[in-house]
Amino acid sequence: MLPAPPIESLTAAAAEGATLGNSAYAFLLAVPLLPLVGWLLQVFFGRKLPRQGDWLPTSGMALSALIAVVMFIRVLFQWNPDFLMSSAEDGFAWRFFFSDGSIPAPIAQFTAGILYDNLSAFLLAMVALVSFLVHLFSVGYMQGDSRYNIFFSNLSLFTFAMLGLVLSDNMVFFFVFWEIMGLCSYLLIGHLAQDRKQPKMSAAWASLKAFMTTRIGDVCLFVGMAVFWAKFDTLSFHGLYTATADHVAANGWEGWMTFGAIMMFLGAVGKSAQFPLHVWLPDAMEGPTPVSAMIHAATMVAAGVYLTGRIYLLCSPEAQLVIACVGAFTAIFAATIGITGFDIKKVLAYSTISQLGYMIAAIGVGGVSAGLFHVITHAIFKACLFLGSGSVIHGCHHEQDMREMGGLRKKMPITYITMLVSTLAISGVPLFAGFYSKDAILAKALEKSMVTQEWIWAMPFYLLVVAAAVTAFYMFRLIFMTFHGEPRSDHAHHAHESPWTMTVPLMVLGFFAVFGGKFWITDPLHAVSGGRTPWFMALVHDPDLERWESSAIEQAHGYGGHGALLSHAADGHGSGEGHGAAAGHDEHHDVAHTAHVRAMITSIIVATLGILTACLFYLFGVFNPKKVAAALGGLYRLVFNKYFFDELYHATVIRGTVVFSGFLSWVDQNIVDGTVLLVGRTMKRLAGFSGAADKYVVDGAVNWVGESTQAAGQAVRRIQTGRIQQYAYFTFAGAVLLAAVVLLDLF
Amino acid sequence: MPLEAYLAVAAVLFVIGLTMVASRRNLVYVLMGLELILNAANLNLVAFNRFHPESHVDGQMTALFVIILAAAEAAIALAIVLNAYSHFETIRPDDIDTMKD
Repeated sequence: MLPAPPIESLTAAAAEGATLGNSAYAFLLAVPLLPLVGWLLQVFFGRKLPRQGDWLPTSGMALSALIAVVMFIRVLFQWNPDFLMSSAEDGFAWRFFFSDGSIPAPIAQFTAGILYDNLSAFLLAMVALVSFLVHLFSVGYMQGDSRYNIFFSNLSLFTFAMLGLVLSDNMVFFFVFWEIMGLCSYLLIGHLAQDRKQPKMSAAWASLKAFMTTRIGDVCLFVGMAVFWAKFDTLSFHGLYTATADHVAANGWEGWMTFGAIMMFLGAVGKSAQFPLHVWLPDAMEGPTPVSAMIHAATMVAAGVYLTGRIYLLCSPEAQLVIACVGAFTAIFAATIGITGFDIKKVLAYSTISQLGYMIAAIGVGGVSAGLFHVITHAIFKACLFLGSGSVIHGCHHEQDMREMGGLRKKMPITYITMLVSTLAISGVPLFAGFYSKDAILAKALEKSMVTQEWIWAMPFYLLVVAAAVTAFYMFRLIFMTFHGEPRSDHAHHAHESPWTMTVPLMVLGFFAVFGGKFWITDPLHAVSGGRTPWFMALVHDPDLERWESSAIEQAHGYGGHGALLSHAADGHGSGEGHGAAAGHDEHHDVAHTAHVRAMITSIIVATLGILTACLFYLFGVFNPKKVAAALGGLYRLVFNKYFFDELYHATVIRGTVVFSGFLSWVDQNIVDGTVLLVGRTMKRLAGFSGAADKYVVDGAVNWVGESTQAAGQAVRRIQTGRIQQYAYFTFAGAVLLAAVVLLDLF
Repeated sequence: MPLEAYLAVAAVLFVIGLTMVASRRNLVYVLMGLELILNAANLNLVAFNRFHPESHVDGQMTALFVIILAAAEAAIALAIVLNAYSHFETIRPDDIDTMKD
């Protein structure tokens, strides 16, 4: 199904060396922009278009996926471990300047462009392809939904953000896309909560939980970015690598770098649902199944792993240890919960958490290549498993409880076979896709513990091995409970196979999961590794900090002088830390080889063990799961209730927040309002005093003048009698008085 | 005759006039009392002029002015009395007290 690469592109690429030519940027830009255009059209016109416009984002996505795959194949034919296209260096980038206006020089600036290397190429193709298949699947699955058009617009916006994130060459745009994905995840998980006919409240709570939980990680990521920005004044990945390499060469690892790296990693912990912040992912399964498949299994959660891989070079050894331990612990922790689940989607969700733990742990132990390889393989078989579970749920009339299923393999053969293949892949059965990536991770973990000889570095390996066995067990439990035995409910009796829009994506993904095994190890052009090492790991080698020291930058881009690095990486044992001496390199090589062989044997043994145990429990019925559960008692209840983490968070974080809010409310009501009321009362008293002064002193004086005048008037008015003759008396009396005064000289 | 005799007659005239002005219940008599007071003053003026020769005819001239003034006053006052009568239908000064507070 993959289109053949045009011949001239090969010759052109050969002529241009390490890049595909600048015209490639236009195509790369089109990959995220097509879903963006689809989103815009869908948002504004979706409802009015025929079929509510579902064909619009889907066909746009098909084109986008086609471009991404063609670009990927062109990159593949370059077969260059140092392949790198950076639009910022080729002059295609947005430059942002921030100036306060007073000085001409900008106070801050950053450059946003496209970063396209082997890893981006793989991820871009994978994300675009999976997204397209999910769009196609949704056309069938979401039929009849009351908000069909809105679902497709949200899906498109999400795809745009994820594709943009993969192509970002700097943390700022990475963070922007990261947040858009968080938003879309929220909208899509809560999709059914807005259903016009029967709103699903649990979906509303789940979306809120997912948003708030990942938000904690996002804030940490932002803090981590701020730390590095403050010190290095750049946020482009390559700028950060160079600055870190120089800083470490000059001063060694410093505490603030560990802090910044761990804060950034916490962003990945939130997004990839790692332990302490894992609680949102199982609840996210309240969203429609295609969403679960795409966002919460294949792509968005992988963004956290991608981030961890991108910032690996910024991680000090302490930060690496934290990453490895968190990842390994999550792997075993989530896998055990998966054993006891009955909701088919929840089991897959815990399986996802567990597998993400694998990837994170792999990066922590230095196996960036192995971890990201697992991202790709996992995306394919987990998308297949989720879409398969969606098909089962669809076929069983939206029944999600595995106890109500059983015997579906006859009724849904395509779904059964694709899911079985994917389960074999996730369990790490040889020749299936998952085996190679999981094996690589275990090998890397073992190698790390053998190199360091420290017990703490051995922990990730043992945890991961146990997790591998548990994974095989619970995944086969899922298959046996769902597809084998007798139908245990009416829904299961009347199950039917799903329409072609749902089965075709399943078959495509299943194809990659089964033939993927062969596909992944076949070296398409060159027999570099004798067909033994997955070519992914040959191309996406583990990053090496020394490579980024400023003096080495030109070397990295001038390509000719890098034969050593090329062959070194092509061995598939890329060195985690720098090993300068040739002798040390050989020794390391031996250790790696030993680790690889031992890990492979261990891996096969534990996978077989897990599958056999599952057969004994659920296929042949040798042990009765219920009796075993009863015998385990408290332990079973602990695991069945997911280690009571929801309850724990409810009792601590949520209750704490509520109590704290209550306290704040009390402060507001009593102290803040009290102060305001006190001021108010004081002012009222003062005003009363002032009023009294005005009333009795000022007005009193005025009134007294008036009243005394009035009283005087009252006294004098008596003499105005209106009688002329009386006036004459008064006049005469006055005259007599004056005469007396004058004559008697009284004054 | 000594000056005191003239002054005594003038004083008697003044007191009679004053009494009429103050006590008569008819405005016309009040006016007549007023004339008496004026003539008492005239008598004084003429008498003082007679006994003080250095004053030439000043007293007599003043008395002449007063007579003219009294004529004019009588004309106006009688007109006022007539108007008062037509307005109040009485010339009792006690009844005309609209100027009372």
